[in-house]
Amino acid sequence: MVEYHLTTPISEEDARKLKAGDVIYVTGEHVYTARDEAHERALHMYEKGEKPPVDFEGSVIYHVGPVAWQKDGKWIIVSAGPTTSIRMELFEDEFLRKYKARILVGKGGMGKKTLDALNEVGAVYCSYTGGCGALAAKGLKEVRAYLWDDLGMPEALWVITAEDFGPLLVTMDSHGNSMHDDMDKIVASRKADVYARIGVKE
Amino acid sequence: MEDPYQVIHDTTFRLLKKAVTELPSDIKAALEAASRNETDETAKTQLSAILTNLDIAATGVPMCQDTGIMIFYVKVGVKFPYMGEIKEALTNASRKATAEVPIRPNAVNPIVGGNSGDNTGVKIPWINWEIVDGDSVEITAFPKGGGSENVSIVGMLKPGVGLIGVKKLVVDNALSYMGKACSPNIIGVGIGGGSDIAIKIAKQQLLRPLNDKHPEPEVAKIEEELMDAINSTGIGPMGLGGKTTVLGVKVDYAMRHPASLPVGVAVQCWASRRSAAIIAKDLKVTYLTHPMEGN
Repeated sequence: MVEYHLTTPISEEDARKLKAGDVIYVTGEHVYTARDEAHERALHMYEKGEKPPVDFEGSVIYHVGPVAWQKDGKWIIVSAGPTTSIRMELFEDEFLRKYKARILVGKGGMGKKTLDALNEVGAVYCSYTGGCGALAAKGLKEVRAYLWDDLGMPEALWVITAEDFGPLLVTMDSHGNSMHDDMDKIVASRKADVYARIGVKE
Repeated sequence: MEDPYQVIHDTTFRLLKKAVTELPSDIKAALEAASRNETDETAKTQLSAILTNLDIAATGVPMCQDTGIMIFYVKVGVKFPYMGEIKEALTNASRKATAEVPIRPNAVNPIVGGNSGDNTGVKIPWINWEIVDGDSVEITAFPKGGGSENVSIVGMLKPGVGLIGVKKLVVDNALSYMGKACSPNIIGVGIGGGSDIAIKIAKQQLLRPLNDKHPEPEVAKIEEELMDAINSTGIGPMGLGGKTTVLGVKVDYAMRHPASLPVGVAVQCWASRRSAAIIAKDLKVTYLTHPMEGN
C-alpha cells in the first residue's frame, strides 16, 4: 500500500501508477460531482458534438449528491459522502473513453465494463467510506460553480476545488485488479460455512 | 398556554435536526465497539472514518449527505387533544429542516419527474399512524437513506420452506448486496401477515434499541443466528472485508395465511437515524433518544 498526494489535472501516467490498495489524497480544481443524470447529459452533449461547460480530462469524478447551502451568495458543501456507484455502470465506460477522467470516487465498486475501461483509458476507481458526508465536506474546500442546477441539488454538476480530499482507497485499478471482485470470491468461499450456521445445506 | 401546533412543529424540527446530526447512543457505542474489535486494516480504516465523521457531524452537520426520505412513526393517544395539528406540523417541520439544518431535498415525483425541493409532496412525509391508549403523542423521526432502502426486499415464500427458508432469504439478501448498503447494517425482518404487513413489521424493527432482544426465546434465537451467520461472511464494513457486517438483526412476526409465508427484509445503513419525543397533553416535551442537555 502506497499513499499518494495528487494534484489535478492527473496525467494518464500518474493514474497508471496507482494500484488497488493504495490510498490517495487529492488537491486541485478539477473535481466534479456527477451522478446518473450528469453522466447522461455529458454523453448526450458528446453525441451532439457539444462541449460540456468543464473539461473532464484528468479530473476526479465524484459520485455524490451533496447537501449544500448558500451563505452570503456563495455555495458551500455541507455534507457530501459517496453514492452507490454501480448505478453509473450504465454510462461510466463510455464517459471514461470520451472524457478521460482519471479518478472515479464512489462507494460499493463498479462492474466489468468500467474495470475494462479503466484499463483502456488509464484511470482508477476509489472507494470513499459511505455515509461519511461531514468528513468528505472538509476536503471539498470551495464550490466554484453549481452547473446543470436544473437537475436538482443531488444530480447537478458541482465544480469543486479540493484540498487533501481523502482518504480515497483505490479499489479498482488500471491493471485489471478489483478489490470488490476479490471480496466476492472470499465471501463465496465462506458460503457453505455461513449456510451451515442457519441449517441450510447446499 | 403555548400553541399546540407550534410545540409539535418545533419538537419535530429538533427531532429531524438531531436525527441527521447525532446517532442514538446505542448505535454509536456499537460502532465504537466494532472499531475496537476489528483486526483487518481496511475495516479499521472504514470504521475510523465513520467515527471521525460522527464527531464532525455532532457540530451540527448532517452525518450523511443522503438525509433520507421523510418518514415518521406517530403513536397518538386516543385522548391527546391535538391530533388534528400533527400532520401539518410534521410537514412544515420537514420544510423548515430542509432549509435550516440543512437537509437534502429528497422528494422526487416518480410520474412527471422533478424534485419538490422541500422534502414534501404527494404522501411525503409518510406518517405511520398508531392509535394507542393515553393522552400523549410519541413522534419518531426516521429519515431513511436510499442506498440501504434499495436492497430491502419482500419474499413471498412457500410455507414448506419453513424457518430455514426464511433465514436463507435474509442471508442470501445480505450476500447479494455485499455491504453496498453502507455496512455495518442493521437488518429488520418481518415474518407473516401479508406482503405489506411483513415489510412494515420489518421496518419497525429498525426502531428497536440494539440491545433489545425479542421477548419470545424462539424469535430471539433467530435474531442471534442471523447475526452470527451474516457476520461470518467476512463482508465487513462497506463490503471491503472484516468481522462487522451487521450491528444487529431484529425479527418480529404476525400470524400468516395458511398458503403464504411472506418475509420482509428491511436494511438500514450504519447511519441509523432516528429521534423520538413524547408530547404530553399539557404540551410538556420529553426527548427520548436525544435528551436536552442539563436534563
